[in-house]
Amino acid sequence: MIAFILRRLGLLLPTFIGVTLIAFALIHLIPGDPIELMAGERGIDAARHAQLRAELGLDHPLWQQYFGYIFDILRGDLGHSFVTREPVLKEFLTLFPATIELSFCAMLFAVAIGLPVGIIAAVNRDSIFDHTVMGVSLIGYSMPIFWWALLLILLFSVNLGWTPVSGRISVMFWVEPVTGFMLIDTLLAGDTEAFVSALQHLILPAIVLGTIPLAVIARMTRSAMMEVIREDYIRVARAKGLSPLRVITVHALRNALIPVITVIGLQVGVLLAGAILTETIFAWPGVGKWLVDSIQRRDYPSVQGGILLIASIVMLVNLLVDLLYGLINPRIRYSR
Amino acid sequence: MTETTPSPTIAPLAPPGPLREFWQYFSKNKGAVLGMAVIVCLVLIALCAPWLAPHDPHEQFRHALLLPPFWSDGGSERFLLGTDDVGRDILSRLIFGARVSLLVGCIVVTLSLAVGVVLGLTAGFFRGFVENLIMRLMDVMLALPSLLLAIAIVAILGPSLSNAMIAIAVVVLPHYVRLTRAAVITETSKDYVIASQVAGAGLLRQMFVNVLPNCMAPLIVQATLGFSSAILDAAALGFLGLGAQPPTPEWGTMLADARQFIQRAWWVVTFPGLAILITVLAFNLMGDGLRDALDPRLKR
Repeated sequence: MIAFILRRLGLLLPTFIGVTLIAFALIHLIPGDPIELMAGERGIDAARHAQLRAELGLDHPLWQQYFGYIFDILRGDLGHSFVTREPVLKEFLTLFPATIELSFCAMLFAVAIGLPVGIIAAVNRDSIFDHTVMGVSLIGYSMPIFWWALLLILLFSVNLGWTPVSGRISVMFWVEPVTGFMLIDTLLAGDTEAFVSALQHLILPAIVLGTIPLAVIARMTRSAMMEVIREDYIRVARAKGLSPLRVITVHALRNALIPVITVIGLQVGVLLAGAILTETIFAWPGVGKWLVDSIQRRDYPSVQGGILLIASIVMLVNLLVDLLYGLINPRIRYSR
Repeated sequence: MTETTPSPTIAPLAPPGPLREFWQYFSKNKGAVLGMAVIVCLVLIALCAPWLAPHDPHEQFRHALLLPPFWSDGGSERFLLGTDDVGRDILSRLIFGARVSLLVGCIVVTLSLAVGVVLGLTAGFFRGFVENLIMRLMDVMLALPSLLLAIAIVAILGPSLSNAMIAIAVVVLPHYVRLTRAAVITETSKDYVIASQVAGAGLLRQMFVNVLPNCMAPLIVQATLGFSSAILDAAALGFLGLGAQPPTPEWGTMLADARQFIQRAWWVVTFPGLAILITVLAFNLMGDGLRDALDPRLKR
């Protein structure tokens, strides 16, 4: 197992270096001079220009700058935002819980519906239910989620008035940020009304963000389940006289879950990318919206840091999924 | 001497041509045929846009702002699907938008397929250092969520439709490289490759004439599915303001413009998204059907 972990970590290193190269290139490939961009419309005089150049290390050769950049990253210094002058890492970390909260709820929604629906579809193969699930999940998979979000807002917020249009909690409430997770913080504060408000704000974005993972999980569960049901050991279990429910939930599901877990893990990247769109539409104060705002404000250090951090998180999650996979399925661990 | 009477029942059955065989498998899948029909319609609409569209997509009818579709109260038959906030005909913009979206699909798929095939062939033929270099690079690109990488590239190049297309083509590249390399490695171990090598076929001939045609099946499937993801990603970038810029009649950009009128005018929000969904769905349906028909592993 240790050799397996080390091998996975070894594969991660070149990928991480590649990501830092992309992030580093970002600030050097943008057309125009970074300092003039920083100065913005006001312009800057030559002396100050030279001083800033030296301060930011832009007068060194490129390779020196790159190594300086790597050392800065290792020290946790991702630079300062052009706009707020705050450290990028600090900004990211304040906003990140909002994104985690949203992504987690989206995944919960996707798994809670996708898994049972996929199992039922597989067990009742070629039934009307099965065909409906397959059809709907294909639509879900093809859905432009930014439009889906607008449709849900149109129905639930504008026409029915059930949910708020945007934001994370009603402005009437102020909750002490302890964990950064609004649902937990409101409970800690013991404010039920605020909790309900936070939940109402969360529900539509979570559904929107969970739609594509839901479709993928439902399809994957169905096909994995169908393969497992055909196995001999399932027939044996049935022949032993076990109840159909037990055969499906205990015997078949265990093996069917292996590919499903991988897919769930791979959806984390999809979720973080989807969060960029979802957060922008619902004005959800997470890292996705922050990234888009930073691009529009030409706040390059924030863009650079944000891309590096999000990519690193996705890589780490993929690594965890790989390791988990090896843990569940020893055949993977010992191959190669 | 015996008399032989040719019986009609045992007349030699000619094996079906590859195209016939393909169609046999493909047409069994109703969804795939439906998807193809929709795509053919879309292509026709895109080609005939100037004749089909009732109005110029950029013309602003100042007296008809935010007019609802013709079946609603206050709608006019002049503007079948209504007008947007500056009085442009939505139907005409959707029709011209089909041009933009299909063009994006074509260019992205062509670019990524061409570069991906060359890189994949190179990786498959030059095992070792070159292969490692190419494949590790592809791993890096796959580690990033595709929309994030596309956004990063657009942030470098600046927001425009052509830059968005380049970004999307780069983002989907690893899929083509991996597929090609995997197929090439399977093929190069086969006898016909060794035979043609012995016969003196040069490397380029070996790569492009002998091996590549046998690797096409998975690539065709991926390219079809690539159309749908290219259209979806381009619309997403357009929606974020990082793709096509207004007043281009691009579906995602139209949605971005429409967002602020969501409380007053449902039609400006509904129709462009529906167009994206139908197009993407059609390509996904056809891609699934192609996979079933072309992928020998799934053939019965």
